[in-house]
Amino acid sequence: MKAVYFAWVRERIGVSEEEIDPPREVETVRQLVDWLSARGEGYAAAFANPKTIRAAIDKTHAAPDAPIGAAREIAFFPPMTGG
Amino acid sequence: MSVEATIRVQAADFDAAQEEALLTQGRRDVGALVAFTGLCRDDDGALAALELEHYPGMAEEEIGRVARDALARWPLTGLTVIHRHGLIRPGERIVLVVAAARHRGEAFAAAEFMMDYLKTRAPFWKKERRVDGTDGGWVAAKDADDSAAARWES
Repeated sequence: MKAVYFAWVRERIGVSEEEIDPPREVETVRQLVDWLSARGEGYAAAFANPKTIRAAIDKTHAAPDAPIGAAREIAFFPPMTGG
Repeated sequence: MSVEATIRVQAADFDAAQEEALLTQGRRDVGALVAFTGLCRDDDGALAALELEHYPGMAEEEIGRVARDALARWPLTGLTVIHRHGLIRPGERIVLVVAAARHRGEAFAAAEFMMDYLKTRAPFWKKERRVDGTDGGWVAAKDADDSAAARWES
């Protein structure tokens, strides 16, 4: 699946998008965050405070316990500040 | 008759008066038009610009979801939402919501509802660029915006 990152999540990780292939046991958004966090310092820094991370699955807001199942695109970003 | 919202996410500026006119021209059933324009504000003279990052695709979809919710809650005759991205300087326009209805109550409420949800659900992020050339960092989300959106939950 494709992972995309925005704002300071993107800056800390260092890329705006990438293909990821998490193992089968990674089933939810929360577990994916944990899996990504273990990939390196930038990821660990981006996901250090789970309370400040929002996720979207295929461009729809997703809660931490949402299953990532057949997602094509999963996005991580800080709380929105538009308007 | 079902009403479809007009939604645009764009770098270019917009003309609020022209957007308002589009919701009323040729109609006799519109009694209320509420337009809100959000501007880039600089309180202390240190801000050179805001850099608005967005999630292409999701930004339009999410504004669309909120707009459909607004149209389901209030009997509007028209609804337009425009949100800009890219570099926006103090005094420049960022966002426009225009709600048209038969009566003012629903037009005011729908416009306010749209703005409260835009601020908390639409995937946009603001980074500050300072006059002295430094990076002012990402604007933090406000709890007050979450509370403003929460009051519509019932």
